Amino acid sequence: MSGTAEFPGRIPAPYLEVGSSSFVELLGSVAPELLPGRRPLPPGDMGDAAPHGTTIVALRCNEGVVMAGDRRATQGNMISLRDIQKVFPADAYSLIGIAGTAGLGVEMIRLFQAELEHFEKLEGNALSLHGKANKLANMIRGNLGIAMQGLAVLPLFAGFDTDAPDAASAGRIFSYDVVGGIYEEREYDAIGSGSIFAKSALKKRFQSEVDATEATRLAIEALYDAADDDSATGGPDLTRKLFPTVFTATADGAKRVPDAEIEAVSRAVVAARLENPGG
Amino acid sequence: MAMQFYTSPEQIMRDRSEYARKNISRGRNTVVLSYAGGVLFVAENISTTLHKISELYDRIGFAAVGRYNEFENLRTAGVRMADTRGYAYDRRDVKARPLAQAYAQTLGAIFTEQTKPFEVEICVAGVGSSPDDDELYRLTYDGSINDEPGYLVMGGQADKLTSVLKEGHNFDLDLTGAFRLALKALSSIGGENGKDRTVGAELLEVAVLDREREGRVFRRILGPALDALMPESSGDAETPDTGGSGQHSDEPSKPDAEGGEKEQP
Repeated sequence: MSGTAEFPGRIPAPYLEVGSSSFVELLGSVAPELLPGRRPLPPGDMGDAAPHGTTIVALRCNEGVVMAGDRRATQGNMISLRDIQKVFPADAYSLIGIAGTAGLGVEMIRLFQAELEHFEKLEGNALSLHGKANKLANMIRGNLGIAMQGLAVLPLFAGFDTDAPDAASAGRIFSYDVVGGIYEEREYDAIGSGSIFAKSALKKRFQSEVDATEATRLAIEALYDAADDDSATGGPDLTRKLFPTVFTATADGAKRVPDAEIEAVSRAVVAARLENPGG
Repeated sequence: MAMQFYTSPEQIMRDRSEYARKNISRGRNTVVLSYAGGVLFVAENISTTLHKISELYDRIGFAAVGRYNEFENLRTAGVRMADTRGYAYDRRDVKARPLAQAYAQTLGAIFTEQTKPFEVEICVAGVGSSPDDDELYRLTYDGSINDEPGYLVMGGQADKLTSVLKEGHNFDLDLTGAFRLALKALSSIGGENGKDRTVGAELLEVAVLDREREGRVFRRILGPALDALMPESSGDAETPDTGGSGQHSDEPSKPDAEGGEKEQP
């Protein structure tokens, strides 16, 4: 720690300067050691050094967007965590999920949340949804060095665009690549090792006019299919009562779907698969 | 060697104090008070975009009077400090008192080291789980820090407003009660011949730190929500004029109508 988060004392000069509204830039000048991209790493591939998070799905609905993630983190062939949370609200109207190195991913989410809140407080209004998405792309670019050493993190970003003319067209999904490329998805997307299977499931099942409740069920079905074929994705854990994390972003803001509701949907999906394993 | 004029330190400090105090007292007032549901901020502010009241962190608010660019600079610094600390440690580690102390150190240093002091008075308010846990700090241009007992006033003729608040304040007030009290205090000065005046919703900037909420609890009270808090009499009179004050004094603002003449500037 450089001591900049310590007070009381006089407010340090960088805080009093007329500067940008970016929290990442602020940390770069007052506490660069807190930024993941600035951390030196020993040479070599560190792909197996830390737990990996896997599958996140997001899909649009007529109320906005739904994002869901499974709960498993793996390290090599071991399951390292059974109840990890990989989907979070980024701010009042947007959601972020991560796949890849879990520790760095969670750090990226905290930094992104702080960035959005910081901007909102300093400027008096939130960034536009596309502004938030582009800011996230910039942050990924800063991590490229680490990513090339096997510690890659990829986010999935989705939100309710408050500038959109109506709720049915307000849901937006953005995906990224490891160099910071940003791509807006039309209907649905998934990231992580189970994403191929989740996307195939969504390709067959997705309908554009569904409401958030139905979209939640489609998301859980897609995660079930991903868990079925990808060993790194965890299915609904009925024994421990661990079910996917699901968030919605609608005109009412970003909200976590209550556990009881997710449990009911998950149990219904599992029960239906007992009858018909192919879904 | 050139002859240097001697000015005593007392004189320099006195001049700076007088300069700052005079300019602050020209500004419109801001009232902050603790009530059952949280902490209420009411500022007289004709601008709808340049705020005197804002959020510092989850349960900490900021209010100021004086020179806008100077207190805006302090507000920005406060947000930066709070966000950095919350990110480095945990959100719960960001507290009102250390922030107030950092402001005090900074204002004090500027007052003694620079030719021109900051012409500001600021408040750092933290909302607790009960009114007893609320913290209201008032900081002045010279770096003094005061821990206020449930309510505070900044700006010109603060003594007069404080006496209104002192009389009417208690921690069991609801939002409407607290707002009416703050409005009564703001209305108690500036009328003709020391009488009350009517302060309309369009002159007010209002926000609360909501005790019952989780996470970021700062919220502004605007538009219809603010109109709903205003006393009846100002609802039907679109433009506040002295003719409306007769109706307005049906509200419990009568006792202050007299005895305030001395404090006119």
